[in-house]
Amino acid sequence: MNQATNLPEWAALLIAVFLIIGAGLTLIGSFGLYRLRSFYDRIHAPTLGTSWGTAGIVIASIIYFSAIEAQLVLHQLLIGAFVTVTTPVTFILLSRAALYRDRAKNSPEVPPLDLPDNTPAPIPQNEQTVHHDDTSAGKP
Amino acid sequence: MSIVILFWAVTIAQIALVIAMALAAVRIIRGPHAQDRVLGLDTLYCNAMLLMLVFGIRTGNSLYFEISLIIGALGFVATVALAKFLMRGEVIE
Repeated sequence: MNQATNLPEWAALLIAVFLIIGAGLTLIGSFGLYRLRSFYDRIHAPTLGTSWGTAGIVIASIIYFSAIEAQLVLHQLLIGAFVTVTTPVTFILLSRAALYRDRAKNSPEVPPLDLPDNTPAPIPQNEQTVHHDDTSAGKP
Repeated sequence: MSIVILFWAVTIAQIALVIAMALAAVRIIRGPHAQDRVLGLDTLYCNAMLLMLVFGIRTGNSLYFEISLIIGALGFVATVALAKFLMRGEVIE
């Protein structure tokens, strides 16, 4: 931290505020992951850390490196963009897998797969129907 | 003065992130289902990535930025592969 001697005081205050906002939000998100009861509640909590937690620390890092190098340094934005894009994808995949597993176990936590009445019944695809279709198609 | 402000802010942020990593590790150990453990692992990866960014601010070295980017990419791939495994029973079909 020796290169920060020529850092102006307002920049240090701004960096401190963004760092504490980011780290505090990440801590709150992880505490929610520890505290909440069901998996479908818990999957919401860490997104606090991946949205504004990451953004706060990335903004603090941008301000710090821009201040000590006396030019605009923006490569930390890459991390912010990457995390923002990939976190929803992973959580959608994970929650779909969890829903599939809970339905397969008949867990009371999730509602059963309740199709509406006008849904067409699934066509049985056994060998007999295929054979029947072949013969009817070959008749005329 | 600005060094003192920065030192304490970085220290508090590091302590908060380490506590967050410990909570995610507790969820990995205690998680009742497999999906809870995967969620805890993803949170642990994200917190480690942020901790590396804060280390970069502390030392003023931009090498930590690349470490953090690699941790983020590995966390994404690991969580997607584990979610695929939970869904289908195998990763590459």
